[in-house]
Amino acid sequence: MALLQIAEPGMSTAPHQHRLAVGIDLGTTNSLVATVRSGMSVVLHDENGRGLLPSVVRYHADGSTDVGYPAQAMQSRDPHNTIVSVKRFMGRGLRDLPDAGSMPYQFVDAPGMVQIKTVAGVKSPVEVSAEILKVLRDRAEKALGGDLVGAVITVPAYFDDAQRQATKDAARLAGLNVLRLLNEPTAAAVAYGLDNAAEGVYAVYDLGGGTFDISILRLSKGVFEVLATNGDSALGGDDFDHRIYCWILEQAKLSGMKPQDARLLLTRAREAKEDLTFRPEVRINAVLGAGETVDLTLASETFIEITRSLVNKTLAPTRKALRDAGLEPEDVKGVVMVGGATRMPQIQRAVGQLFRQEPLNNLDPDKVVALGAAIQANVLAGNRSDDDWLLLDVIPLSLGLETMGGLAEKVIPRNSTIPVARTQEFTTYKDGQTAMSIHVVQGERELVSDCRSLAKFELRGIPPMVAGGARIRVTFQVDADGLLSVSAREKSSGVEASVVVKPSYGLSDDEIARMLLTSQENAKVDMASRALREQQVEAGRLIEAIEAALTENGDTLLGATERAEIDEGMAALRRTLEGANHQLIKEQIENLNHISEMFAARRMDQSVQKALTGLKLEEL
Amino acid sequence: MNFDFSKNHFELFGIPPLYQIDLIQLEQAYRDIQSQIHPDKFTHLSDAERRLSMQWSTQANEAYQTLRQPLGRARYLLHLNGVEIHEEINTAMSPAFLMQQMEWREAIGEARAAKDAPALEHLRGQLRAEIQAQQHQLSDLLDKDKNYPKAAEMVRELKFMEKLREEINYALEALDA
Repeated sequence: MALLQIAEPGMSTAPHQHRLAVGIDLGTTNSLVATVRSGMSVVLHDENGRGLLPSVVRYHADGSTDVGYPAQAMQSRDPHNTIVSVKRFMGRGLRDLPDAGSMPYQFVDAPGMVQIKTVAGVKSPVEVSAEILKVLRDRAEKALGGDLVGAVITVPAYFDDAQRQATKDAARLAGLNVLRLLNEPTAAAVAYGLDNAAEGVYAVYDLGGGTFDISILRLSKGVFEVLATNGDSALGGDDFDHRIYCWILEQAKLSGMKPQDARLLLTRAREAKEDLTFRPEVRINAVLGAGETVDLTLASETFIEITRSLVNKTLAPTRKALRDAGLEPEDVKGVVMVGGATRMPQIQRAVGQLFRQEPLNNLDPDKVVALGAAIQANVLAGNRSDDDWLLLDVIPLSLGLETMGGLAEKVIPRNSTIPVARTQEFTTYKDGQTAMSIHVVQGERELVSDCRSLAKFELRGIPPMVAGGARIRVTFQVDADGLLSVSAREKSSGVEASVVVKPSYGLSDDEIARMLLTSQENAKVDMASRALREQQVEAGRLIEAIEAALTENGDTLLGATERAEIDEGMAALRRTLEGANHQLIKEQIENLNHISEMFAARRMDQSVQKALTGLKLEEL
Repeated sequence: MNFDFSKNHFELFGIPPLYQIDLIQLEQAYRDIQSQIHPDKFTHLSDAERRLSMQWSTQANEAYQTLRQPLGRARYLLHLNGVEIHEEINTAMSPAFLMQQMEWREAIGEARAAKDAPALEHLRGQLRAEIQAQQHQLSDLLDKDKNYPKAAEMVRELKFMEKLREEINYALEALDA
C-alpha cells in the first residue's frame, strides 16, 4: 500500500516516501490520466466511473468552462464556443490548417499560433489544452489525496518542436510540473513491453484522432531503444469522419452548411465510422436546422473506397521508418496497435499485409499510452520500481540552419537518439562583418521555405575581420524532452559573444503569468504566494536530493571541509524556508546548487566507472 | 569541474581502438553507461546532477553513434591517428571508381524514371553487397596494415557509396508518396 501523505515543502521526507506522479495522455479526441498504484498502472476515473475525458472545452460568457462530456453534448448547439480536437491547433499557424474553412470556429491569426474567438474572449490552443489538463489534475489529486510531484505528458512522436513547446506550456498553465514529454508510441511500447516481457524488434502503429505515428523499437533486457520514428501530425480518425461527412453532403446534395448542422453531421459521421467496425452497413439519419432530413445507407465497401487514400497515407511513413531503421518487415516481431482509429478493419488488414503478420490487439488501444506514461512518471518521480529499465528515444525530424540561397543544412539528422548536441562552424562572408543572423529550421526538405521555422536570432559583437576570418560555432542541444536550444558563439581574438534562444513560438514566462492572471480560476490567486509555494517545493526537492546523495556516498566522495560546506548550504536554505521571501529562497537554492556541483560531478564519474567495471566483470 | 570529456570514444566504452570491434560488446557498454547516467535517472535530483547527466548522456550518444557506423568508426580511427578525410575538399578519385559510379547512377536513374520499385530494391541489394566487400578491405587496411592514407581513400569511396544508397532510398520514398 502506498503512502499517500506528502510532507510539507521544505521538510525532509523519508526515502521510502511514495511521490504522487501521473501519466497524462492529452489526446485529440479523448484524454486520460493514469498512475501507478501498488505496482500496477491504472487509469483514474471521474465520479461517474468514466476513464476517458473527451478533449472538448466549452466556454461560457462569464469565463467559466465545461470540459469533457457536458461540453461534448453541447458541441452541435454551441459550435463557436465549444472547441473539439484542439490538439490539431497546437503550435500551428492558420496557414498550417488547410481545412480551417470547414471548421465552425472564428480563427484569429496570431504570430506563431492560431487563436480562437469565443464568447469568453480570444483563446490560444495552449489555454484550451490547459483547461483539459486542469480537470485531469484535479481528478488525480482527488483520487490520490495530495499534490502531484509531477506528470509525464505524452505527445505524438512526430510532433515538431513548436507542438512540443506548446504542450509543455499548456501543462505549466495547468499548474503541472512536467517530468517529461514522452512520445505516445514509446509510452505504448513501455506498457506493452513490460506487461509481456517482450524482447526483440517491435513496431508501434499509432493512429489517434488527429495524429499518426509509427515507431520501430528494439526491446532488450529492459532497454527500450527507439530505432526510427515517422508519421503525420495532421492525419487521424477525424479525417475518416471528414471523408464520410463529405460523402453525406455529396449524396444528400447539401452545401453551405451552418456550423450547427456541420457539427451534427460530423458527429453522425463519427458514429457511422465506429458502427462499421462491427456491421457491413449503417444508416445515417439526421434532421437539419432548416428541417431537411438526411437518410442514407453507407456500406462498408463504400467506406473503404472513400478512405483508401488515408490508409495509404499511413503506409508510406511506415515503410520509411523501416528503411531508416535498416530493417525489413520480416525483422519485426510484433506490431502493437494504438489509438481508437486502429479498430477500423481496413487499417488492421493494411497493417497486417505490410508486416505479413496479424497485428497485436491484446491491449486497450485507448488506454495503453496513458498507462505507459504513468509507469514512466513513477520512475521519474524517484519512486523505486522493481524492474530497472531505460528508455532511449529519438527526434522525429531533422534540425538545421538556413545557409546561402535559402537552403537548409541539417545539423542533427532525424532519428538521432536524445539527448543530442551538435556543433557546426560558420564564418563571415564580408570584410568587417560584425553580426550574423541565424535561422533555425526543422524538417526534411531542402528548401528553408518548405521547413518549419523555429527561431531567428542575430549574433552581434563579432570583432571586425576579413571575410572568412571569424569562427562562429553554432551549437544545437536537444534535451530528453526532445526540445531544442541553440547557442552561437564567436571565438577568435579572445572575444566571445553568446546567445541562447528558445524557439519564438514558446510562451515567455510573462505570457504564462498573464494567462494565469486572466484565467477565471486563478484570478484570485495571489501571484506572490504562488511563487513562494513553487520555491518551497523546489527547495524541498533539492534538500531531499542532496540528503539522499550524501547518505549514499557523502562519506567516500567528500572531504571534511567540502562536506561542511554543503551542510552549511543546506542549513542556510532551511533557514530561508522559515520565512516567506521567495526571492531569498531562490538565491539559497542557486547557492546550494553551486556548492554541490563538485559532489554531483564526482557522483557522475563514479556511476560511469561503475558501469564500466560491471562490464569488465561480466567479461571475465 | 572534473567532468572528463578528454576520454576518446573507445576509452569511454572500454573497447580496443580497432575497426573490427565486437558490436555486441559496444552495445552492451553503451546501454550500461546510459543506464547509469541517462537524464531519466536524475529528474528528481539537483540541477547540477541533472545538467551533468545530460552532458554525459549526450556524449555517450555521440560516441555510440560514431562507433556503431562502420564509416563513422573508420573516420574516427583515422582522426585518432592524425589522418583527416577532408571529404568536402579532397575529391580526387581513381578513374575506375568514377566509371563505376557513373554506371550505378545510370542504373538508378533508369529505374527511377521507369518507377520500377523492384529494380530499385535489386540495386539496393547489390549495393549492400558491394559496400560490405569494401568494408572488409577497409578492415584490413586499418587493423592489419595500418595503411591510413589508403584507408582514408577507401573511406572517401565508401562515402560515395553511401550517397548512392541514400539516392536509392529517396527514389523509393518518392515512389511511395
